[in-house]
Amino acid sequence: MNGTAGSEELSRKGPIRSDDWAAHVSRIRDDKDQAAFAELFRHFAPRVKAFLMKSGADAALAEECAQEVMATLWHKAHMFDPARATVATWIFTIARNRKIDALRKQNRPEPEDLPWGPAAEPDQEDVLTLQQETQALGQALAELPPKQRELIERAYFGDLSHSEIAAETGLPLGTIKSRIRLALERLRHEMK
Amino acid sequence: MKTPQIKHHLTDELLMAYSAGSLPEAFSLVVATHVSLCDECRARLGSFDTLGGAMLEECGSAELDAGALDATMARILEGAPQVAPKEKPRKSRGVFPGPLQDYVGGDVEAVKWKPVGMGVRQAILPTSHDASVRLLYIPAGCAVPDHGHRGTELTLVLQGAFMDEDDRFARGDVEVADEDLEHTPIADIGEDCICLAATDAPLRFRGIVPRLAQPFLKI
Repeated sequence: MNGTAGSEELSRKGPIRSDDWAAHVSRIRDDKDQAAFAELFRHFAPRVKAFLMKSGADAALAEECAQEVMATLWHKAHMFDPARATVATWIFTIARNRKIDALRKQNRPEPEDLPWGPAAEPDQEDVLTLQQETQALGQALAELPPKQRELIERAYFGDLSHSEIAAETGLPLGTIKSRIRLALERLRHEMK
Repeated sequence: MKTPQIKHHLTDELLMAYSAGSLPEAFSLVVATHVSLCDECRARLGSFDTLGGAMLEECGSAELDAGALDATMARILEGAPQVAPKEKPRKSRGVFPGPLQDYVGGDVEAVKWKPVGMGVRQAILPTSHDASVRLLYIPAGCAVPDHGHRGTELTLVLQGAFMDEDDRFARGDVEVADEDLEHTPIADIGEDCICLAATDAPLRFRGIVPRLAQPFLKI
């Protein structure tokens, strides 16, 4: 991390970069730092709420769930492993699970955890690589042709199967599938 | 239990839908069970979760209620999370991976099999009703009734192997079938075969006897 520092905010342990979300989570884990939490909250809670509303929640339920997701982040800060996921990905998975529970009212079977479990002290190089790859992926996503990007968004947020998307957009299922396949091919080399 | 090379994997469509949280529970169980056995699909799933994180960053924001942050802090200070994320199942040493053991209540010996004729046994597992999932026990060398499909059917092999006209599926392999596929899977001669099979539509059997049996199979 160098050079591109964003705005900084003073907190008890001194400044952290305003977009270094992993550092915010460590601060919450180690110091119960409410200022760090407030910054994370201002960035992510409105996104989580938008995600839940796009998935079919009304505004009140989405608000309730977004607050729960952020509270879970506080309580589970010790579970976050920056070598395995970025903060955005981690929050996405918490919000996704909340969606399945609160909106779809189903269980979500989870895969077994890896036998070696999270490393005690994550390798800084792994953390950096993951952040760079994720940034490149975000960039690639932003540069997708609008038609492809919209279908990926619908698949993630609209809670529709490919055939339901076909029914709603009037596009043939084959077209939907090949657009999604093309989009994934473009994204794939960023998703190692 | 050691898993040899897996040759038949989950599709992008299934992994993406599992990551997005839009699969029926029955399908999610097959995905979670396969991913527990398959490092390749685990890595691909990780990529789709990463894509989900990128979507969360990119896809706009909704205005929160006034006082949302204070309300959340109050929630936090009240103590334990109201909605704790589930702990992940631990590594299983048995035939069934952890997520499947959660649904069965143990490993193979805990399954409450029901005979469905011709030596085949099944156990339907409790899930939401938008799709169904069951364990199938097929004696070595026996055929699963000839059937085509409506909707999507996933079949994950946990023990033994089965073959259809085109291919062989062994432990960890998953067959993803849609309405285009008509096939006659036969359990390999070496060992009795146990599969986890999920479907979002009732199977239609082509033989007269299996068709009569269908209401009793509850599938």
